Amino acid sequence: MDFALSEEQRLIAETVRAFVEKELYPLEDETEKTGTVAPETAAEIREKCKAAGFYAANLPAEVGGGGLDCLELTLLERELGRASMALTVHFARPSGILMACNGEQREKYLLPAVRGEKLDALAMSEPGAGSDVRGMRCAARKAGGDWILNGSKHFISHADIADFVIVFAASGEKQTARGIQKEITSFLADRDAPGFSVLPGYQSVSHRGYNNCVLAFDDCRLPQSQVLGEVGEGFALANEWLFATRLTVAAMCVGRARRALDLALEYAARREQFGKTIGKFQGVSFKLADMLTETDAADMLTLSAAWRAQKGLPANREIASAKLFASENLARVADNALQIFGGMGLMRDLPLERIWRDARVERIWEGTSEIQRHIISREMLRPLESR
Amino acid sequence: MKILVTVKRVIDPYVKVRVRADGAGVETEGVKMAMNPFCENALEEALRWREKGEASEVVALSAGGAQCAETLRAALAVGADRAIFVKTESPPEPLAAAKIIAAVARRENPGIVWMGKQAIDGDFNQTGQMTAALLGWGQALFLSAAKLEGGAVLAESEVDSGIQTVRVKTPCILTADLRLNEPRYATLPNIMKAKKKPLEEMSAADLGVDDSPRLTVLATAEPPPRAAGKRVENAAELVRLLREEAKVLS
Repeated sequence: MDFALSEEQRLIAETVRAFVEKELYPLEDETEKTGTVAPETAAEIREKCKAAGFYAANLPAEVGGGGLDCLELTLLERELGRASMALTVHFARPSGILMACNGEQREKYLLPAVRGEKLDALAMSEPGAGSDVRGMRCAARKAGGDWILNGSKHFISHADIADFVIVFAASGEKQTARGIQKEITSFLADRDAPGFSVLPGYQSVSHRGYNNCVLAFDDCRLPQSQVLGEVGEGFALANEWLFATRLTVAAMCVGRARRALDLALEYAARREQFGKTIGKFQGVSFKLADMLTETDAADMLTLSAAWRAQKGLPANREIASAKLFASENLARVADNALQIFGGMGLMRDLPLERIWRDARVERIWEGTSEIQRHIISREMLRPLESR
Repeated sequence: MKILVTVKRVIDPYVKVRVRADGAGVETEGVKMAMNPFCENALEEALRWREKGEASEVVALSAGGAQCAETLRAALAVGADRAIFVKTESPPEPLAAAKIIAAVARRENPGIVWMGKQAIDGDFNQTGQMTAALLGWGQALFLSAAKLEGGAVLAESEVDSGIQTVRVKTPCILTADLRLNEPRYATLPNIMKAKKKPLEEMSAADLGVDDSPRLTVLATAEPPPRAAGKRVENAAELVRLLREEAKVLS
């Protein structure tokens, strides 16, 4: 067993961290104040990311990506997680699902996404279909050689700045052992496709400037060539490529927790009350000890889950544990850090207020804590149920 | 033309430095380390010159303990072609560092040795000058701009009175100031290549250099805490206090 990072892993983590601290931290205040990132600022981040060769680092080198493996990518996400998502979205990692593009789709979507000419968004959630994804009502029906999409999606992250959207829609039904199930197909929808509109979403407490959108499909006609993967295989596709998004959340939570902890530690060592620094009070110092211990644990869970995924070992349960623990740890660490700061912690003038707000969504998106516990316990109980 | 760039491993400039309990120096155990910022400028300039076709190879050099190899890998990840690591028993003092650099320069025959103007740990600001003296080469220091012109370097040196423009024949020693350029990040392709790039290891003794310390640190102390400021009524009062109390005006 070897816990040391390789030379490459260390340099990747150090470089991304330096980029985040130097290029993104200074932009956070403005992003929080205005709730938006100016297009020219976004373009500048993308250019700097490209110059450092990190654009689309998650996609294979054969298509022009950075070719990072699962562990390297997890380290990258961990360091990115320190900064505001409205900014890190431009340090782009196009959705891995784009690797399912074939024929002309590669030229039209995959390669421009890798080159940074087009930004993608992924549309799954609906008002009536959150954790129960199969409950989706957005439907695609065949009309001649085309597909007609009707329905709506919500909580679609950064669709407002995306050039195209990968949208999942119910395209039929099939008889399975568990009864009738919806068949899901994924489509590539250009932003300007007739009948497709991107509408403003809700005002979220988390990740200001990283907007969620509502998508409306009103007799949106898409040719057969816009089907991503096979008809009816949307879920298989999502499972193949999207499991990593939970790992991403776990990693980002670890990075952000470290930042909150660093802030709290610095403050505890400097702030004086009752004639000594507050870190000398056990009520503060024991909090710091717990924060570090649990953040280290979250880090280890996340990296070991990534290691399993990379080795091709079953990792579903381990990724669920990492996502669950890292996101809940971030909530605790952010809350404790804020407590150590006292009243100042609540003020928008410090990054902690944002980190505390941003932490809340991490226990909800990419599978709620409850869904992760369901995945974990199901795997624990399954072998015993057959006895 | 080959460029030799020296890169020193120092405490990360953003880390709060602590005095060691025994007073023999500052705490480096478990402290985040980084490449000396001025060395980053020197490396960046060397890489730019190579990209412009004015240099054929950039060789990074670092001397010190085993972990200096990490700093060299970072230099390779930023874009240096190969690296030389000179292992020493203790962190080399300016004269020992200068002797090591001079010895490597004699072996490598670079047209230019690009260095940081000083390291942010010791702040000696001696190594570049001593290296030039040992080699008998010209030197241009504290540079905020430099370009090759024929067999010489035309450089803008930051001096107290402003900018001094100097011309120095190659081979020469150049030392970088922060305003010289903005260092780039390591690039992902170079990170992936860094491990495959050659990193040659040798000891100071291999180079015939005696790197034993000549300086004795008597004490290390934190800077005194800043005293509270004083509010003055007007400019005349300020000038009077600067003259009579602070004694910084005559």
